[in-house]
Amino acid sequence: MRAYLIFVLRRFVQFLAVLFLAITAVFFITHLTPNDPVEQTLARINSGMANSPEVVAEMRRTLTELYGLQGSLWEQYVEYWQRMARGDLGPSLSAFPAPVTSLVARAAPWTAGLLVTSTVIAWTLGNLLGGLAGYYRQNRLLKAAEIAAMGLQPIPYYVLAFVLLILFGYVWPILPITGAYVMNRDLSFSLSLVLDVLRHSILPAVSLILVGIGGWFIGMRALVSNLVTEDYVLYAELGGVDRGRILRSYVMRNALMPQITGLAMNLGAIFSGTVITEEVYGYPGMGKLLVDGVNSGDYSLVLGVAVMSILGVAAAVFLVDILYPLLDPRVRLG
Amino acid sequence: MWSVARDLFRYNRGFAAGACILAVLIVYALLSLLSPYDPADAFVVPPDIPPGADFWLGTNSRGQDMFWILSVALRNTMLFGLAVAIVSRAVALTVGMMAGYFGGWVDRALTMLIDTFIAIPMFPVLVLFYFMIKDNLSWASLVLVMALLGWAYDARLIRSIALSLRTREFTRHAQFAGMGTRDILFEEHLPYVLPVLFSTTMNNMIWSIGLEITLAVLGFSDIDTPTIGTTIYWANQHSAMTTGTWWWILFPVAAVLLVFIGLFLLSVGMNEYIDPRSRLDRLRA
Repeated sequence: MRAYLIFVLRRFVQFLAVLFLAITAVFFITHLTPNDPVEQTLARINSGMANSPEVVAEMRRTLTELYGLQGSLWEQYVEYWQRMARGDLGPSLSAFPAPVTSLVARAAPWTAGLLVTSTVIAWTLGNLLGGLAGYYRQNRLLKAAEIAAMGLQPIPYYVLAFVLLILFGYVWPILPITGAYVMNRDLSFSLSLVLDVLRHSILPAVSLILVGIGGWFIGMRALVSNLVTEDYVLYAELGGVDRGRILRSYVMRNALMPQITGLAMNLGAIFSGTVITEEVYGYPGMGKLLVDGVNSGDYSLVLGVAVMSILGVAAAVFLVDILYPLLDPRVRLG
Repeated sequence: MWSVARDLFRYNRGFAAGACILAVLIVYALLSLLSPYDPADAFVVPPDIPPGADFWLGTNSRGQDMFWILSVALRNTMLFGLAVAIVSRAVALTVGMMAGYFGGWVDRALTMLIDTFIAIPMFPVLVLFYFMIKDNLSWASLVLVMALLGWAYDARLIRSIALSLRTREFTRHAQFAGMGTRDILFEEHLPYVLPVLFSTTMNNMIWSIGLEITLAVLGFSDIDTPTIGTTIYWANQHSAMTTGTWWWILFPVAAVLLVFIGLFLLSVGMNEYIDPRSRLDRLRA
């Protein structure tokens, strides 16, 4: 147990290091690029309006303070971290005076729900089918599944979501293609609300699952087809152990471990994919928030979504990492 | 390297198919050099004509011939992917080989850096970058940023190969013979890394082209340069789906799917060469 705690602590330090480096990188992206968010916001606010120079100067001062842009680069950096530590991402300009954190808090559950559900389904199904395909290599049906998985795997999230949108939105319109529920509906909890949300989540989820499943399928198939040549599997077969049991407890269990590591390593990419898919289907999650933020020139919101995404993904990677040794008894701790 | 590609082409049907698809696409993209119209010009042909004998792929609502616009778009998109791949390979190779060869604290520090970049969700960061640059966003700066974000996964792979080469007999011989570190890395180790480098190049191109399309379709890139992404962007701007100009959407999507399938088949073929066990697997099946 003590060894495990040390392991968790080391992972936690790494988690903090990832956060520090990534959030620092975000700081430099926003501060070393030529465009000044204050001037951009001013131009947007003052377009088509004749404000006196004093008012504009006052606005400029307020915005500079609001964005934490006064003082030297170093002072700004220190203040940036102070704000992060307080969890203060400033007010959103497009939904003034709602703070960015509350907007993110409203959007994040939609993204998390979509991401977790579709990733769990894609990971489980991909590994199960891939394992079967690696073990029963003569099966026609599994070979067809392999070809399908290989065909779907290289297609980027956006393109697949877009193709499904066209298919089910224009060619064969049977599913809702936009939003997370029927517009203007009563949002108090009821069975019809649950069904409505489920119906709206089918297309985004299916598109995420279709992209995700191929990678897990191909990876698992390769792992299993290498494992079945191992001596211990041959021995079990000669010893008359039931084939299903060999696959379940001798082969798949061993092969699952690299796939869990793979899951931790791919979470960042899966998150990006979810955000992109949300945008295609107008799903009210982080992706829509991000794009709306850009389109309305809302500096705090865009920065906030980027920072919160990094935090969320890093935390999820940390969780998967510390669960790993609990699942794999072979990992030596310490 | 060439003989490997030739053998793969001859004996691996997937690799051969991928190479043929890409060859056709490259020829089509090169045709753009002969284009009778400047891709920046609009209304050079009658708008909204369906595919037919006069205009093979139809014309769009901006009065451009889809055949020529798509050719330019394909060229720009593939060049973009290639440029990102080359720059990010340079970073991945340097970091991965140094981490694997030096080991110790260098390895730990570089691995930490790699893990950080793997964990960063690229899309929000790229959107933030676009937001900060807006109209100043040039083709080259987008290439640079994507390359600086997209090297980590492959650096990890290269590191694991370099790690195993470090303790091999020939490395020690080279060291004792007084070979410099740079020479060992480039002359002794690089040939072992090359096949993996090639297959990661394909995957990296798939990744960067996919992200470029995503950004462009949302309007978050230089929308005046024709790429597959901006072509779909303009089609969406003119509501091509609802006005019935389906060829404006279908052909770019089909072209880019072919690019992905071609690149993917090449990378799978190369992986089979790298991992001989999967070659045996094919023989058995």
